[in-house]
Amino acid sequence: MLPALVFLIVVTQLPFVATVVISFVRWNALAPENRGFAAFDNYKAVFTDPALRSAIWTTVLLTVTVVLVSLVLGLGLALLLDRKFKGRGIVRTMLITPFLVVPVAAALLWKHALYNASYGLINGSLTWIWKLFGSADPPQPDWMTASPLAAVEVALIWQWTPFMMLILLAGLQSRPADAVEAARVDGASTWDVFRYLTLPHLRRYLELAALLGTVYVVQNFDAVFTITSGGLGTGNLPYTIYQTFYQAHDYGRASAQGVVVVVCSLLVATFALRTVSSLLREEVTR
Amino acid sequence: MRARSPGRTVRGERSAVRPRRRGPVGLVAATVAVALSLGGCYRGAGDLGNEGRDTINVLMVNNPQMVDLQRLTAEHFTRRTGIKVNYTVLPEDDLRDKMSQDFSSQAGQYDVASLSNYETPIYARNGWLSPLGERAARDTSFDQADLLAPVRKSLTAADGKVYAQPFYGESSFLMYRKDVLREAGLTMPPKPTWKQVAALAAKLDGARPGMKGICLRGQPGWGQLAAPLTSVVNTFGGTWFTKDWQARVNSPEFTAATRFYVGLLREHGEAGAPQAGYTECLNDMQQGKVAMWYDATAGAGSLESGDSKVAGKVGYAPAPVERTASSGWLYTWAWGVQKASTHQDAAWKFISWASGKGYERLVGERLGWSKVPAGKRASTYRDPDYLRRSGAFAAATKNAITSARPDDPGVQPRPAPGIQFVGIPEFSDLGTKVSHEVSSAIAGRQSVPEALDKSQRLAEEVARAYAKR
Repeated sequence: MLPALVFLIVVTQLPFVATVVISFVRWNALAPENRGFAAFDNYKAVFTDPALRSAIWTTVLLTVTVVLVSLVLGLGLALLLDRKFKGRGIVRTMLITPFLVVPVAAALLWKHALYNASYGLINGSLTWIWKLFGSADPPQPDWMTASPLAAVEVALIWQWTPFMMLILLAGLQSRPADAVEAARVDGASTWDVFRYLTLPHLRRYLELAALLGTVYVVQNFDAVFTITSGGLGTGNLPYTIYQTFYQAHDYGRASAQGVVVVVCSLLVATFALRTVSSLLREEVTR
Repeated sequence: MRARSPGRTVRGERSAVRPRRRGPVGLVAATVAVALSLGGCYRGAGDLGNEGRDTINVLMVNNPQMVDLQRLTAEHFTRRTGIKVNYTVLPEDDLRDKMSQDFSSQAGQYDVASLSNYETPIYARNGWLSPLGERAARDTSFDQADLLAPVRKSLTAADGKVYAQPFYGESSFLMYRKDVLREAGLTMPPKPTWKQVAALAAKLDGARPGMKGICLRGQPGWGQLAAPLTSVVNTFGGTWFTKDWQARVNSPEFTAATRFYVGLLREHGEAGAPQAGYTECLNDMQQGKVAMWYDATAGAGSLESGDSKVAGKVGYAPAPVERTASSGWLYTWAWGVQKASTHQDAAWKFISWASGKGYERLVGERLGWSKVPAGKRASTYRDPDYLRRSGAFAAATKNAITSARPDDPGVQPRPAPGIQFVGIPEFSDLGTKVSHEVSSAIAGRQSVPEALDKSQRLAEEVARAYAKR
C-alpha cells in the first residue's frame, strides 16, 4: 500500500503545496526581474479585489440555480422514466446524451447555434412562427445580452439535468416494490405514495446528487468562457483565476486565489463526502 | 480546483484483500517517483529528445496557416536540410503561457516559438531572444529588405535589433457590401472618416430585411473588443497613456471615441454585440446580416473564399479615420529564437524557410493561393498568381499594412509601441478588464463615463508602476 499512498500524495498533495508556496511569492511571468517573497500581499489583493468579490457571488448564484433547477427537472424525468413504456431504452439514452457532449462543444453550440441573435435557432424559430401568421417583424431578443447569467445557467442546466436524472433513477429503481404495493392496498393515492414513500427513500440520493452537482458546477469554466467570455457579470471564480493567470500572468496572485477557492470547496466537499459515506454505510448494513 | 478527499475509511467495510507487504521494488519505484517530482523537471509532450544535432523544437499557435506549415515540413524542409522539426501546437492563451514559462527561465526546451509583435519587444527587453538581424543579412535568399517596413519595425526592439521574423501579417480595414450600397444609392468615399461611416451605417440599417448597418467587435478581451476600440481611440486623438505614463482613459478624447463606438454599435450594430467577436462578425457578414464590417484584413480571405455567399460582392476601404492620416492596426505572428537554444543555426534555417518567398509559392501551388501566409513581403503583392486569386483585397491589405505606424499611431507621442494595444506586459490584463467595462456599456448596463472611470482607476495602477521606473 505504501507506494500507492506515496504516489497519491505526490500527484495530489505536492502540487497543492507548491501552489500554497507560490501564493506567498511576488511572481509575474512577464516581469522576471521583480520576483521575491510577498508575505500576505497576494492574499490582501485577493480579499480587496472587487472583481473577486463579485465573482464569489456570481459563483454561488450560478451554482445554486443550476443545481436546484436541474435537480427538480432530473427528478421529474427520473419519475417518468421509472414507468414502463415502449421505447424506454431509447428515450433514456436520448436524455443522457447532453451529459456526454464535450462541455466546450456544448457551450459553442448554445452560443452560436441557439442563442445567437442574428443566426441562432431560437430567433430563427420566432421568425418562422411569425411568418406563419403573416408578420414580417418578429421579435428578435438578444438572449445573451438581456440575461447573460441566465443564458449560461440554461446551458449548464441542459447539461447537468441528465446527471441528476441518472442518480435519482438509480435511487428509484432500488425502491422496494412491496412497500408500494402495500400502500396501494391500504388505499394510498399516487401523491401519498410519492410524498411518504418515494421522497423519503430518495432523500439520500437527492443530497448526493445535489452535492456532487455542486462540486462540479462550482468549477465550471467552459460555459462562462465560451458563451459570455465572463462579461456582463458572469465571471465566476474559475474564470477570474484563469484571467489572473493567463491575462495578467500573475502566478502569485492566481495561486492565492486558487488557495482561497480550494479552502471554500473543501468545506463543500466535506459535506459531500459525509453524505456519500453515510449512503455507503446504509448500503452495507442492508 | 478539485476537491480532494481526505481518505476517509468507511466503517463496516471490510477489505477482502489483505494488503501484501511490498518488496523493495515497490519502495524503489516510489522513491524514484518522489525524486522525479521533487526534481521539478517537468517536461511537456513537446520535449521529444532535443539531443540530435539537427532536431529543433518549435512551439506555435494553432492557427490554420501554422497547421499547413506543419503538414509541409517533413517533405519540403527536413528532406532538403536533414533538420527534423518537432512541433508543439497550442491555442493562443496556452501558447503564451508555455512560452513565457520556457523563455523566462531560459530552459531552452523550445528553440523557436511563434510570437506576435506584442510580445517580441517585451521578450527582447527581458533578454530572452536571440537577435536575428545579422543572420538575415547574411542569408541572401531570405531577402530581409523585401519585408514590409511596418511589420519589420514592429519586430525590432528598443535597441534597434530585429528579434523575430514575420510569418504572416495583418492590418484592419473596412469591408462593405458593394451591391447593398449601390441599391441604396450610396457610395463609399475612398478614404472614409468614422463620421461618414456612421452616417452610412444609419442609412444601410434595414436596407434589406434583418440587415444591420455595421459589425464591430463587442466581445470582451484585449484581443477582441480592445483592438478595434483602441484603433478608433487613436484616430479620435485619444491614448491609453501619455509619454510620461499618465493614464488618459477617461480623458475627453478617449471618452468621445468610446461614446462613438458604443453608440454606433447600440444604434446600428449587429444583434448580440456584447458577445460578438471576430468569428461572429464574419458569420454575420457572410449571412448578409450586416452591410459593413470593420475588422482584420484576414477576414477578407474568408469572405472571398469559394464557399462564401458574399464572394465578389464585398468592397474594401481603408480603416476609417478622424484626426490621423491612417488608423489601421498591425498584427503579425513571427518566429523568435530562444537565446538559450543550442541549435541557433538550425533554428535560423527553419525560419529562413518558413518565412521565405519560396514557402509562400509552395503553399500557393500545393494548398491554394488563399492559404498563403501573406501580409509580410512586398514580393507577395507582385506575384501574378497570388493577385489573380486575391486581387479583390490584395492591394487594400498591402496599403493597410504599409500605412500602419506602430510607433506613432495617434496624435501624441507614446510611451510604448503598438497600435491596437499598448506594448507592455500589463496590457493583456488591463485591456481585458477595460473591455469588460465597455462591453457592459454596449449592453446598456452602465454609461460610457461610468465604464471609463472604473477603467481609469485600473490604468492608473499600471501607470504608477511605470512612472516610478
